[in-house]
Amino acid sequence: FRLSSLIGHISTCPSLIGQCCQRHPGSVDEFQEELVIRPLHSGDIYASFQFRTLWDTDFLQEGQKVSHYRLFPKSLGQVLSKFSVRELHISFTQGFWRTMQWGQPFIPSPPGAELWVWFHDTVSDVDGNWKELTNVLSGIFCASLNFIDLTNTVQPSASFKPLGLGNATDHRFLRYATLPREIVCTENLTPWKKLLPCGSKAGLAVLLKSEKLFHSSFHSQAVHIRPVCQDEQCTSKAWELRQTLNVVFDLYTAGQGKKEWSLFKMFSRTLTEACPLATSSKVYVDITDNPELFELSPATPLLSQAVVLGDRRTYSVFDLTRAETFGQLRSLNLLLRWKGDGGEMLRPLLHAERYVAGFGLQTGEIHTVIYNNHPYRAFPVLLMDSVPWYLQLYIHTLTVTSKSRDNKPSYIHYQPAKDRHRPHLLEMLIQLPPHSMTEVTVQFERALLKWTEYTPDPNHGFYVGSSVVSALVPSMVAMNTNFTQDQPLFSSFVPVKEESSYFVRVYTEPLLVNLPTPDFSMPYNVICLTCTVVAVGYGSFYNLLTRTFQVDEPSLPLAKRLANLIRRIRGVPLLT
Amino acid sequence: MDNSPKTENSLTIYPFVVPNLLISYCCILVMPEKQRGRYAALAIAAVVIVVGIPLWWKTTETYRAWLPFSEISELDSLQLQLSVDIEVVFSRGTLTPEQQKKFPLSHVNEKEHQVDVSIPELLTSPSTEADLSLHMLSESSCGSVVVYVIPESSTLLPEDVKVYVGQRRTALLRSPPFKTSWNLKEVLSNLDVEVEQVVSTMSFGHQDIVAALSNRVRMTKVTKESMADSMRAIKSSPGYEITFSLLNPDPKSHSLHWDIEGAVQSYIQPLLNKLAPIANFSVDSQILYYAVLGVNPRFDNSVSAYTLSADSLSHVINPVEARLGSNAASSNPVLNFLLYVPDAHHSPLFIRDHSKRKVPSNAFHSPRWGGIMVYNVNEMYGPEAERPVDININMAKVMGVFLAQLRLMLGVQHTHPPTGFVLQSPGSAGLADWELDRLLWSRSVENIATASTTITSLAQLLDQIGNIVINDNIAQQVSSAVTSLQSAVAELEAGNLAFALQYSREAILASERAFFDPSLLHLLYFPDDQKFAIYIPLFLPMCVPIVLSLLKIVSEAKKRRADKQAKSD
Repeated sequence: FRLSSLIGHISTCPSLIGQCCQRHPGSVDEFQEELVIRPLHSGDIYASFQFRTLWDTDFLQEGQKVSHYRLFPKSLGQVLSKFSVRELHISFTQGFWRTMQWGQPFIPSPPGAELWVWFHDTVSDVDGNWKELTNVLSGIFCASLNFIDLTNTVQPSASFKPLGLGNATDHRFLRYATLPREIVCTENLTPWKKLLPCGSKAGLAVLLKSEKLFHSSFHSQAVHIRPVCQDEQCTSKAWELRQTLNVVFDLYTAGQGKKEWSLFKMFSRTLTEACPLATSSKVYVDITDNPELFELSPATPLLSQAVVLGDRRTYSVFDLTRAETFGQLRSLNLLLRWKGDGGEMLRPLLHAERYVAGFGLQTGEIHTVIYNNHPYRAFPVLLMDSVPWYLQLYIHTLTVTSKSRDNKPSYIHYQPAKDRHRPHLLEMLIQLPPHSMTEVTVQFERALLKWTEYTPDPNHGFYVGSSVVSALVPSMVAMNTNFTQDQPLFSSFVPVKEESSYFVRVYTEPLLVNLPTPDFSMPYNVICLTCTVVAVGYGSFYNLLTRTFQVDEPSLPLAKRLANLIRRIRGVPLLT
Repeated sequence: MDNSPKTENSLTIYPFVVPNLLISYCCILVMPEKQRGRYAALAIAAVVIVVGIPLWWKTTETYRAWLPFSEISELDSLQLQLSVDIEVVFSRGTLTPEQQKKFPLSHVNEKEHQVDVSIPELLTSPSTEADLSLHMLSESSCGSVVVYVIPESSTLLPEDVKVYVGQRRTALLRSPPFKTSWNLKEVLSNLDVEVEQVVSTMSFGHQDIVAALSNRVRMTKVTKESMADSMRAIKSSPGYEITFSLLNPDPKSHSLHWDIEGAVQSYIQPLLNKLAPIANFSVDSQILYYAVLGVNPRFDNSVSAYTLSADSLSHVINPVEARLGSNAASSNPVLNFLLYVPDAHHSPLFIRDHSKRKVPSNAFHSPRWGGIMVYNVNEMYGPEAERPVDININMAKVMGVFLAQLRLMLGVQHTHPPTGFVLQSPGSAGLADWELDRLLWSRSVENIATASTTITSLAQLLDQIGNIVINDNIAQQVSSAVTSLQSAVAELEAGNLAFALQYSREAILASERAFFDPSLLHLLYFPDDQKFAIYIPLFLPMCVPIVLSLLKIVSEAKKRRADKQAKSD
């Protein structure tokens, strides 16, 4: 029961700020852009770009080919209709999101590349489509997605549900793969920017300069495509393309300890105009901690409140479509000055980490630790682990303990690996007691690879993708006892449903595991040694067979000669 | 002594298996030790040569499936024979009754143009209608030509018109004067020159075929014009992607609307439907914002407009192309048609040709790539208009230019009829039946040439590099390509154009699939020196004693013979 209710919740996607619904009558597609800036307690700056293209059309409609594009990028549209993709999520991330210092990101993503796709249920050869799709996407995004094959693809049964329209639950049409080793750089950013209608020529995208973006603590860019409702009645489908880019700047160390930042310092650009094609173009600055902590200039009268990830936040809004935003200088350069040390950050309610324990090159143990920091509420989480086949999991050693007591998962889905064909998939529904630490351990044995299967630098180790923790976390708004904040009392006694819990996905660190690595000149050494042994044996044998042996017959001693003389007379065989 | 060599032989067959036994035998043998050693060395050498070397060869060889090399080398010297079915129809009053009695008769003229003769009635109606009714009269198959001969005095055609070519596969030919005493054969041979002209207009001429074969034969005798035609046309392929892109470098001042869907339906689709036998076409469109040309247009005071000179056009495409994007869904060649609306500060913009005149269409094309048209909108709004200005693009004007460019790219060439010829305009489809036939002829020949080049070069490559593994599926593709090629050539010879085209397409597909198969790359770079480095530790110590003892045996044999000779002397 718990699982089904959780899945039901996961499929209704977390509503993000700025998802406003005013549509231009008559136009079939529209484009929105926004930037959210949140000063983090660690002194870092978190900037999150979102570009959203919405198109009232259906790529999967039978017999009708979509071929005339306006704002939606043609390359992605063709991919959707050719491979009958219902939903596509792809992310490229450099660096690791530090949940304990930074809080929850708006859109989480694991280090490296992650791709998950729901195919339409008319697809007969899902694996074939998946293979071809990854190849095409690797061309579009200049990434090594073509390394995705059956050995690192899984079909999670519960963790990844469609975020868009449709209630498909048949995970035969889902494919999920991560490439934790993928390095993200400029060559991935350029094709990503090319998908925007305004490119990097106008609007918020002018800030996306790679020399600044990649000089940061964390960089993540993603593309999410899904079908959504066209209107409230949901009579017809529309397709949504959401391009997101999240970046965390470490301006504290770069600015010699001065906590001061501006758009120009972060991006070496200022904003001068909105993208003319965008129906809305906004910059939000999180000023919830204002004015105790920092000072923002220019000040804006526009404020907006939203509940983000279970927390009520206040934002200053800068609307780029209005001329007065840019002021006299015709350019917007936000400036923020910290006044003192950052206060106490509210600990994220859900947090997870992972490491490998053990010694030697034969066996080891994977530890996954999940923290529930909620003071009094227990909640279930879905843990998904995809482990490559060369770590042979001993599933009988799987233990789940919380508060040093055995915690029996209410649902376990385990798909064992097949050597060189498919990875392990382990999914568990675990109930986390309040204010606890839950530890999941499983032992494994390291397999010996064939010598051609090693990577070019085998001593670096082999990556194991992040585990994914998905959960509905009780909202902090419900925890908040200070109800006086501009909220009437009558509205706050029973928490509103959508505010009472929110969906969170947490990715752990990827693992780096050493496998027993052979000496790669070994085959040649073996050949040489065997050949030498064979040659020595053969040589002596040959010698023995072909050498002519001649016995030097020494003359017999006198006594024998005499004896022979007598023997000859007697007719008895002679002595030699 | 007699049976001792026999025993020796039976022993040396198993020298490795029973060494102990062998040694004990050796001690017993009566044979001289020297001879025994010699036999042993010979036997080991024999075992190495008879068993060892073939075994090594067999276990280390790469798998190479059988390929039809002889048939491929036949294809290399490609000899095509194209034949066109020509039906010559004499209308009433053209021939005398005596001549009529002589039918049926068919003769083949020296250019392999088969001529059949039959005499139906001919309607005397105005020529355009006549064309249609003639078509109804004899449903001609793809690739054939029907020539109707009308009397010299007929008023069906205007005075100075000798030949009228219709929309379908028919032509009206005003008969030259005949002598009534001629028999039918002489009448026909008298018509040969005209019929040949008709065929070279409606099916193919020498130049077309040479141009189609251009990637196989050296261009020596081809005129510059047909060379340009063949280079302009995109290569033959089983499918094409046609992409229309509207470039709007200034979305702040211009909000452009184009009804591309309707325009494609009414202008492009009829032509593509007509061309469906040649290839699959898919059409799509996109709008690109902030896409700029690669050159800065120069302001010309005399016309108060910006101009692009013909020399700078070659630099225009590259920066735009980066934005166009490739087609993610297929690997067919893409034809790009760009409509460029210059930004408000650089309007109007005109293209000038080499003689500094304004190009009336304001468009140009790049061979085998596509076309670009500049569309000025500055006159459609006043200076005080509110930005962005909504502008509807006149698609009829745009599509007229793009359609003409598309015809060029697809190789629907302009025919230059001889004097006295009148060509009916192609009608709503934009393409007459005989024009399609012309295209089919040259495409079939081109396909055959391309496929045979691919197959021969693949065979050459496989022949030269012995390390390449040839899998069964490659061999199968190659043989199917060869059979399709042979049938295509045979169908061309028989005059079945439609089948010839189909087979030639199959041949191209199969040959390309074989040529680009990734399995061919696997062992391509396995160098010989590495192989020797691995084998030498085994082979050197094994072979040196064998060779030395063989040398010793030979020298001893020589010495013995010399001794014998000396003795006998």
